[in-house]
Amino acid sequence: MRTLSPKYATLIALSALIAVAPFFFPSSFYYRIGALIFINGLAVTGLVVLIGYAGQISLGHAGFSGIGAYACALGPIHLGLPPVMSLILGAVLSGGVAWVVGRPILRLRGHYLAVATLGFGVLIYMVLSNESQITGGPDGMPVEGLGLRELLKSMGFSIKASRLWYWLAALVMLVGVLLALNLHDSPAGRALRSLHDSEVAARTVGVDVSRYKLTAFVISAVYASVAGSQIALLNKFISPDISGFLHSIELVTMTVLGGAGMVFGAVIGATILTALPQVLTVFHEFENLVLGLIMMLVMIFMREGLVPSLARLVRRRER
Amino acid sequence: MSLLSVEGLGIDFGGVKAVDNVCFSVSPGEIVSVIGPNGAGKTTLFNMISGIYIPARGRVKLSGEDTTAMAPHLLAARGLSRTFQNLQVFLQMTVLENVMAGRHLAEGNHVLTDLLGLPRSRRRTRETETVARKLLARVGLERGAEREASALSYGALKRLEIARALASEPRLLLLDEPAAGCNAVETEEIDRLIARIAHEGVAVLLVEHDMKLVMKISNHVIVLDHGEKIAEGAPGDMARNADVIAAYLGTQAREEVINAHG
Repeated sequence: MRTLSPKYATLIALSALIAVAPFFFPSSFYYRIGALIFINGLAVTGLVVLIGYAGQISLGHAGFSGIGAYACALGPIHLGLPPVMSLILGAVLSGGVAWVVGRPILRLRGHYLAVATLGFGVLIYMVLSNESQITGGPDGMPVEGLGLRELLKSMGFSIKASRLWYWLAALVMLVGVLLALNLHDSPAGRALRSLHDSEVAARTVGVDVSRYKLTAFVISAVYASVAGSQIALLNKFISPDISGFLHSIELVTMTVLGGAGMVFGAVIGATILTALPQVLTVFHEFENLVLGLIMMLVMIFMREGLVPSLARLVRRRER
Repeated sequence: MSLLSVEGLGIDFGGVKAVDNVCFSVSPGEIVSVIGPNGAGKTTLFNMISGIYIPARGRVKLSGEDTTAMAPHLLAARGLSRTFQNLQVFLQMTVLENVMAGRHLAEGNHVLTDLLGLPRSRRRTRETETVARKLLARVGLERGAEREASALSYGALKRLEIARALASEPRLLLLDEPAAGCNAVETEEIDRLIARIAHEGVAVLLVEHDMKLVMKISNHVIVLDHGEKIAEGAPGDMARNADVIAAYLGTQAREEVINAHG
């Protein structure tokens, strides 16, 4: 029997989980948690391209989520754009900013790159907090909703906002996952993964290493931006915290916890770290402490991340 | 006309002249070996030719074009390919993917097509896979191509690097100790492989410690010592050259060389 390619296996597994999960929801509050999981899952899938494929780190990706979120907040007010167009504008803007910022800082490696990206995230956070006449400052600002629910209502379909967002965010995430999986086994994906393993060898087979690093950075920035826009549209409110350092760390922790080299793993990481604080309120108070602890334990005991490490364990058992 | 010509090439590391005033040339179909004791500057010379180090002095020319200090990926586009003494295999990729990665230049840069998984992208991957499997068969690694590269033995990894280097269809191939760590049978295979590559018109520049291999397949030998070229010529002449013997071969190796010829 021919085994399923990893791409279709991942898509089928995720779709099945998304479809089956609502049967176990005790209340419609869980649809909202689900939507948050998929939104984080999208951002984390982008980080898989950057961290897992290309082997580069960013501790400032929440900055791009901030750009996406505020594009959705400001676009309708100042430019008269509908929310969907604002989301696209945010994505284009994030991609552009990533391109400009990435060119100089992607020359750096390892912890130097980590610190430079961290600085970028802080910069975005400061701008959003301080330009209060435009952004409402640290108190945040309201965001116009997507309007999809009203549209559906006028067509005769009535659906709760949380349910609508559950399916919408799931769809967007699946599209993001599909693109990332397409990339993995494509010529460009091989170029990215080759520079992860050996930059010098990647160069000698003709890979323009700086160009491909930048490509991965821009792709992951667009993912983070779309995720940020969705959070703004879902909550109908946004504050600079979305671009904060802690959010960046959360995203990286989700990616590394689940397994940065594997889209499915990273999405599982996003699921665990999004659901736990919501479900266990006890956990919420110690969130940062637990995040740090998880990060340390994963780095010490399963450096590849939860899902790849478990998969390896199962394979070894089978032999 | 020579494909590669190196003129007065030199580099210093912290005031020490690692390589100085090295000149030679390589023509298509020719196998030129660089020999010399450890620390003579052989790998440093390779790194300068392949754009990894920037030379302090001298010129490197590929087909008459000045390529001194040109970035490695641009040199790759001009037909230069290489292997590494300290293996640089893509260890998290499969054996097959390693060779496929070597086809990067033939595949081109089409990130958007690849993201969307368009038929064109999948077709390029299929074409690359076909070529890569042929190359794996050529170096005797066609079995277990789906394994992770990290599962291979040292000798197999050496051959994998050669397959990857060939994937870019080079005009000039730099091999840095391709037979190091290989047993006699594997060395024999590599020896035949290199000869065939050169026979197809590729210019081969070789660094190798296995004297038997060097003497058998080289058309021309360059001897480095302390970063300087102390002699060059036909393999047989080098084995008899008094300077070379003093610097490098020693009496025991000399006997080996004579045996290899006789």
